[in-house]
Amino acid sequence: MAPILEINNLFKNYGSVEILKDINVAIEQGDFLVLVGPSGCGKSTLLNCIAGLEPITSGEMAIGGQDMVNVSPKDRDIAMVFQSYALYPTMTVAKNITFGMKVRGIDPAIQKEKLDYVSQQLQIGPLLNRKPGQLSGGQRQRVAMGRALVRDPKLFLFDEPLSNLDAKLRVEMRTEIKALHQRLGASMVYVTHDQIEAMTLATKIVVMKGGVIQQIGTPAEIYNRPANLFVADFMGSPAMNLIPAKTRTNGQELQIEIARKDSEPIILTDTRNQNLPEDVIIGVRPEDIADATVARVGETQEADCVIDIVEPAGADTFAVMQLGGKHVTARLHAETTAVAGAAQRLAFDLGKVSYFEPETGLRLN
Amino acid sequence: MIKWLETNTPKLVLAPSFVAVLIFVYGFIAWTAWVSLTRSRLLPKYEIDGLIQYDRLFASPRWDTAFNNLFLFGFLFITIAMILGLSLAILLDQNIRTEGAIRTIYLYPMALSMIVTGTAWKWILNPGLGLEATVRGWGFEDFTFDWLINPDMAIYTVVIAAIWQSSGFVMALFLAGLRSVDQEIIKAAQVDGIPTWRVYTAIIIPSMAPIFLSAFIVLSHIAIKSFDLVIALTGGGPGYATDLPATYMYTMAFSRGDIGQAASSAMIMMMVVFAIIVPYLYSELRSKDD
Amino acid sequence: MTNVSYTSSGSGKNTTKIALRWGLYIMLGLFALFYLLPLFVMVTTSFKSLDEIRTGDLISLPREVTFDAWRTAWSEACTGIQCQGVRPYFWNSVMIAIPAVLISTLIGAMNGYVVAQWRFKGANLFFALMLFGCFIPFQVVLLPMARMLGLMGLAGTIPGLIFVHVIYGLGFTTLFFRNYYVSIPDELTKAAKVDGAGFFRIFWSIFLPLSLPIIVVTIIWQFTQIWNDFLFGVSFSQAGTQPVTVALNNIVNSTTGVKAYNVDMAAAIIAALPTLFVYVIAGNYFVRGLTAGSVKG
Repeated sequence: MAPILEINNLFKNYGSVEILKDINVAIEQGDFLVLVGPSGCGKSTLLNCIAGLEPITSGEMAIGGQDMVNVSPKDRDIAMVFQSYALYPTMTVAKNITFGMKVRGIDPAIQKEKLDYVSQQLQIGPLLNRKPGQLSGGQRQRVAMGRALVRDPKLFLFDEPLSNLDAKLRVEMRTEIKALHQRLGASMVYVTHDQIEAMTLATKIVVMKGGVIQQIGTPAEIYNRPANLFVADFMGSPAMNLIPAKTRTNGQELQIEIARKDSEPIILTDTRNQNLPEDVIIGVRPEDIADATVARVGETQEADCVIDIVEPAGADTFAVMQLGGKHVTARLHAETTAVAGAAQRLAFDLGKVSYFEPETGLRLN
Repeated sequence: MIKWLETNTPKLVLAPSFVAVLIFVYGFIAWTAWVSLTRSRLLPKYEIDGLIQYDRLFASPRWDTAFNNLFLFGFLFITIAMILGLSLAILLDQNIRTEGAIRTIYLYPMALSMIVTGTAWKWILNPGLGLEATVRGWGFEDFTFDWLINPDMAIYTVVIAAIWQSSGFVMALFLAGLRSVDQEIIKAAQVDGIPTWRVYTAIIIPSMAPIFLSAFIVLSHIAIKSFDLVIALTGGGPGYATDLPATYMYTMAFSRGDIGQAASSAMIMMMVVFAIIVPYLYSELRSKDD
Repeated sequence: MTNVSYTSSGSGKNTTKIALRWGLYIMLGLFALFYLLPLFVMVTTSFKSLDEIRTGDLISLPREVTFDAWRTAWSEACTGIQCQGVRPYFWNSVMIAIPAVLISTLIGAMNGYVVAQWRFKGANLFFALMLFGCFIPFQVVLLPMARMLGLMGLAGTIPGLIFVHVIYGLGFTTLFFRNYYVSIPDELTKAAKVDGAGFFRIFWSIFLPLSLPIIVVTIIWQFTQIWNDFLFGVSFSQAGTQPVTVALNNIVNSTTGVKAYNVDMAAAIIAALPTLFVYVIAGNYFVRGLTAGSVKG
């Protein structure tokens, strides 16, 4: 079966400014694709191109196997949820949801039926006769989703739909969108700048920067094997520790030396990775640095480190120290004995370590 | 074809207005500019003949009066209307309970035609029966107020009437400006113990610079276009003592049949407007693009 | 409310405060008199007989109220050689203003919608050209327009005046609607496009229902401008097609006969009534138009 969405060699310029450079993405029926990146990375422009709201400069795009380059938005069989929800202010909720069907001249009886189905799905029945101005942010969000759902399209497009909600509601709606995706089995493209949203929702993530795709992969791939320093730094919170280090081959072992101010360097050994250049940046997730006193699975190596700052965060406690001239964060147990200013014995797990070339920022292992 | 229509509908909708503006604004300006460089009199001629019309214009004592009047009238009208408007706005900004009613009273003249305003003030300032006669009737036998028929003073009656008509509008502009000043700054100043008058002079008024600019632009625009008011109030008289470029242009165009003079005086008016408006519009449009 | 209120305390200061307050109200009252006096004089004069005007003073109330001046002004006063009062000219103004206001508002709404929501290359240039057209002194287009109306066969006709008012009103109406629509998020247009609506459908179903306030502002602005216009009226009309402002000026400045100030005032009030009426019932919209026309963007 043809991919539900396929984009090949897409370029998009505004005048002489290149907004999107050589984009290649494809998703299958039922995929949840998240486009993530910092503001100005081109992710929203890409979504608008998929919707047909922005013309593309060159390249190919197909939805459901059909060429879409010169097709207007209304004929692409898509539905879209916007950041500001874009509800029609003078129409009631019911009219907002049925407007698209009305424009397309669909039988009023079917309109009614679909409206009932959607309002039941999203539990917005009591709101149907209200105007958008009388709704709360979360209710507006639901209505915007309803307007998309009622279309039953090949492809759903979401443009940062949760960014205008408060933190609690955002988490609730996130779960709900995920449940909706699983229930409908629909194909979705979702834009966000929030990497947690990306991780939790996606079956496939596209990380973008400066109009260029940095990495495409499943959330696990992106998290565990970031393709470059940008992805490593952008995905995950607290961010991956990126520590400059020197390597030395010692027989079958690779020794990694991390300089420290005011004390001996830490020497770690890696038995699996070989043939690395002398200067590298090693990437270690905070959860791979733990209290040595707490039993851990996997192979760890211990070292004493002076903790600068201790940040309790409820379930975990974060400890910040200086390694290789960088702030390095360790995710410790909530009941850790770590105290700011004192040394703590920490265990380093190099099982999922990443190595990057300092100049190019590319992944080495 | 349908696709083409679909993508070009917005342009097609704009096209008639675009053509209209090109012809009726820019084309007409070009026509007037062209004719102002010819020897046109009763009928337009199209052979360019240099700046002869402008030479004639600046040699004409009547134009000299009209042009000077524009600056005298413009300066007094704009300055006084701004001061009055700002003062009224500040007075009205003091939690006045009847503010709505007072504002309505101050602003209503702006709804009137300048012809109506001119007619009313012509009657009030009429020396034989108006204000002068009334004050004399109260026992001040020597009171004279004959500005309307005094060639040296008549232009000031135009100033009075124009201020009466427009100052309420300036007040509305400034009042809106006062209300849009960031409340937190004012609260901060009050917490710092700064007296009310200092809050105005040091914080609020300086932050209203754009409003001053807008008011200035609008008032100068009114001043340059002022035509109706002079026609109704003084008819440009006594003699041609209260002529403005606008009345001069009209007289040349429709009474004297001197198209060359009408065109060149209109071009001068336009250049004065350009000198004020172009930098303003330029900065407005620039700042919007950022 | 800027709310720079007095927060001084103590009873000694209270007296000063009350005195200041009174001073404030007296000042405001005096200015109110300044603005009201001409209107008061117009109204009282219009109800006086000519004899009373010659003997009495400007600001006294009429000893005997008479409507003669109003009757004369409406249907008998002479504008040059015609002696029909302002009535026919009043209706001319109505017949000029209503179509001109409606047409220029409608076109302005469409233009504003395109410029604000369907941005394309050159749309901003178009808007700048239009905006600029708002500011030209109309004297610069009078001569060619007079010739153009002649060529179009509209010289001295009411359709000719409607045409002129529409053309030169477009700048402001476009500006009003553009500034109103530009604050509406363009996601609304995008959502409607995805919903399958086209250019006109989006305008009709989504933007027009949102536009009531700006339509009122624009109509009031245009009506005031066109009703009060004198320059175009006096330049492009002929004996039977003059608007009321031109007729009023002709009555006041006609040199024949005795100067009937009461008739002048009654005619002036009649000419002013429609716009005054609009101002009184929709003052806020009127002010919004004025300020929108001057504070751009």
